[in-house]
Amino acid sequence: MRRFARLYHELDSSNATGDKVAALVSYFREAPAADAAWAVAFLAGRRPRRAVSATLLGAWAAAESETPDWLFEECHQQVGDLAETITLLLPAKASIALDRNLSWWVEERLLKLGALEAEAQRETMLDTWRAFDAGERFVWNKLITGAFRVGASLRLVIRALAQASGIPEETIAHRMAGAWEPGDAWYRALIDPDAQDAAASRPYPFFLAYQLDLPVGDLGKATDWLAEWKWDGIRAQVIRRGGETWTWSRGEELLRGRFPELEEAASLLPDGTVLDGEILPWRDGAPLPFALLQRRITRKTVTPQVRQQCPVVLMTYDLLELDGVDLRPEPLSARRERLERLLGTGRGDGRLLLSEGIVAADWPALEAARRESRERAAEGLMLKRLDSPYGVGRRRGDWWKWKIDPYSVDAVLLYAQPGSGRRAGLFTDYTFAVWDGDKLVTFAKAYSGLTDEEIRRVDAFVRANTTERFGPVRAVEPRLVFELAFEGIQASPRHKSGIAVRFPRMARWRTDKKPEDADSVETLRALLRSVNRET
Amino acid sequence: MGLLDLTPAGLYCAAGDFYVDPWQPVARAVVTHAHGDHLRPGSGAYLVAGSGLELARARLPFDSTIRSVPYGEAHVLNGVRVSLHPAGHVLGSAQVRIEYQGEVWVVSGDYKLEPDPTCTAFEPLQCHGFITECTFGLPIYRWAPQDEVFAAINSWWRGNQSRGRATILLGYALGKAQRLLAGLDPGIGPICTHGAMDRMTALYREAGVVLPPTAAVASFPARHDWSGSLILAPPGAEATPWARRFGDAATGFASGWMQVRGNRRRQALDRGFALSDHADWPGLLSAIEATGATTVWATHGFTAPMVRFLGGRGLEVRAIATRFEGEREEPAEA
Repeated sequence: MRRFARLYHELDSSNATGDKVAALVSYFREAPAADAAWAVAFLAGRRPRRAVSATLLGAWAAAESETPDWLFEECHQQVGDLAETITLLLPAKASIALDRNLSWWVEERLLKLGALEAEAQRETMLDTWRAFDAGERFVWNKLITGAFRVGASLRLVIRALAQASGIPEETIAHRMAGAWEPGDAWYRALIDPDAQDAAASRPYPFFLAYQLDLPVGDLGKATDWLAEWKWDGIRAQVIRRGGETWTWSRGEELLRGRFPELEEAASLLPDGTVLDGEILPWRDGAPLPFALLQRRITRKTVTPQVRQQCPVVLMTYDLLELDGVDLRPEPLSARRERLERLLGTGRGDGRLLLSEGIVAADWPALEAARRESRERAAEGLMLKRLDSPYGVGRRRGDWWKWKIDPYSVDAVLLYAQPGSGRRAGLFTDYTFAVWDGDKLVTFAKAYSGLTDEEIRRVDAFVRANTTERFGPVRAVEPRLVFELAFEGIQASPRHKSGIAVRFPRMARWRTDKKPEDADSVETLRALLRSVNRET
Repeated sequence: MGLLDLTPAGLYCAAGDFYVDPWQPVARAVVTHAHGDHLRPGSGAYLVAGSGLELARARLPFDSTIRSVPYGEAHVLNGVRVSLHPAGHVLGSAQVRIEYQGEVWVVSGDYKLEPDPTCTAFEPLQCHGFITECTFGLPIYRWAPQDEVFAAINSWWRGNQSRGRATILLGYALGKAQRLLAGLDPGIGPICTHGAMDRMTALYREAGVVLPPTAAVASFPARHDWSGSLILAPPGAEATPWARRFGDAATGFASGWMQVRGNRRRQALDRGFALSDHADWPGLLSAIEATGATTVWATHGFTAPMVRFLGGRGLEVRAIATRFEGEREEPAEA
């Protein structure tokens, strides 16, 4: 555990990518395979199931540190993170000597915690806290509370594994996509140069795009690019190999059985085919609201009724494998041609659709197309360089998201509460309202879009203008106006306004506006009506 | 009316007709130390501790009337005995002891209990009423022994040096900077200072505080190689064009606020060192207990939890507002 805590500390104490990779490489070189396996799992974002409630953890730590419960709560609010609060309140040094490997702590303590009675859980936690110094305890608590996160992306982990083992990055990334259970044997296979491991189910790592943040004119000639509609669904790969079909979401979750209609359609594909696309709720040539799909994926069983209410298609963007051959290094134009031939023969069964490709003579033509996005219920366009290979992860340059301007309204800040992590102790999470007659009614929460400097100013405003406190939440004087941007809008009984918006964020702080200049709920209703007309 | 009252201009002693650390101009001000949230310009006359005289002069307009008394020497104002006693916060920092008709009150100003080679150690005083700061008045604030913190700073500097990097260490210009200098290992490499540090550091040296040699950043040519040097700068300097000259550099901040990880992360600092010139939670509690006071007023910082906690121990407690109202996350000097 000491070695893993040191790795965490090193990753946490530098903002330089080179330092992080170096720390990871030296960890992977030194750690036993079983430890390295768990380290990879945690760094890759695997979270053990939360076995103990936050309330119990807090109560045990308060008792162990002789802190009254109310004072523990004050501390928690100040720190903003339970794992760290507990760490700071317990003695900095270990009081019992028990030096074990990471894999022992995880397998013998962490994973067994869930099956214990509360009293045995308490004893295990206290015993563990006492065996750790502050650094180890912090990491342990982060794992227990399911909030383990450190500034090392999956790409950095893959790069470090490649450097430590001498295996190409692509191979490591490929082996890490899909289903695996951390363990000694798995880790050895991960870094084994000879492993015959092309398991039939394995998807390719997804290639992702950044939001376009430069003028399109800077991208060169428009004719070098393929434009496609950007849809709001579930990005997925459909794999047909060895007579079987697998569907993977972008979160690399196996969607087995969730979309039988896609699996039926994919069974008509030749063996050794991998499609990349977007699962969309779809009827009569147009998408249905995303909320329908969200509801469908929470269902355990897919009844005929569900299939009828929310039919889905795969809007296919790309062909990653054909006849068992990895096509990713080929240019997009060639992959696209093969994809058109594959789906063009009616083999898509009306469920595997070909994403419409737009090649225009110049940028104004594409800009005109992009302006049609909303009426097609698309989020904008994707721009993909015609000669680009299919890469790994999110990279700048070859693929861009070119979204239409989101919806926006001017709203008044009504409530604030502290953030966590990097924003701990600062009021960063806000609730906004619009006018309904002479009352302000809430309709959205947002916490992104402001600069650090603006956050500090809003934080100071909240502290100086609190009118009421509800636990960590502060009601504030309705004085600040923000332009809120969002992606979608629908009726909702959850908010006082009767309306909910999707992905709200602060586009601008309207220091030029007074609260009475903010929009009214009527503006939102008008937007909702226009959306309903469109879809 | 008690011996001390909170007025719009600050804490006022009516019997002696003077204020302690007033935040508005008044006729007579007794001042605990030279930090900007305690020493405000514009008052008619100031009384400070002897070793703090030069710092107060440097921070007040040149024509201010400033008198100083040695630590412990009583000064009678309208029949009220006033004496200043070491607070251990920064050079010349004082607790104000006020005695009138057998009743004794002490205003702590800012204080810490740990030894500090750059200022006189905190002196425990007995009193009936104690007005304590509580900047770090929560039990999450428990300082590691300062030897460990200085060892961590020096080893971080050495590590940066071995990677060919400069080290930028941030700390407040008055007090923290000089305490850091006293704890740095000058054997590792050159120590250079931001211009904002120089005047205060010179005053510390004139007062007889022994500090390692330093050179002003401004005294080096434009293309100087900074790798391996440690540059001491005030917080905020790291994000300015000034800091670009150091090239590849790691940045750390020495402040009690660095105890909480989020405070470091949101400033995108490489390292935070929890080193403070304020008492931590156990320090505050032991200082309060040692006064024997039955009445305690809490000010500056986490006053509400402190009041509730002490109230549970049977003391008569209240929170008093400061001009810097609210939960100040990052006070000017900590």
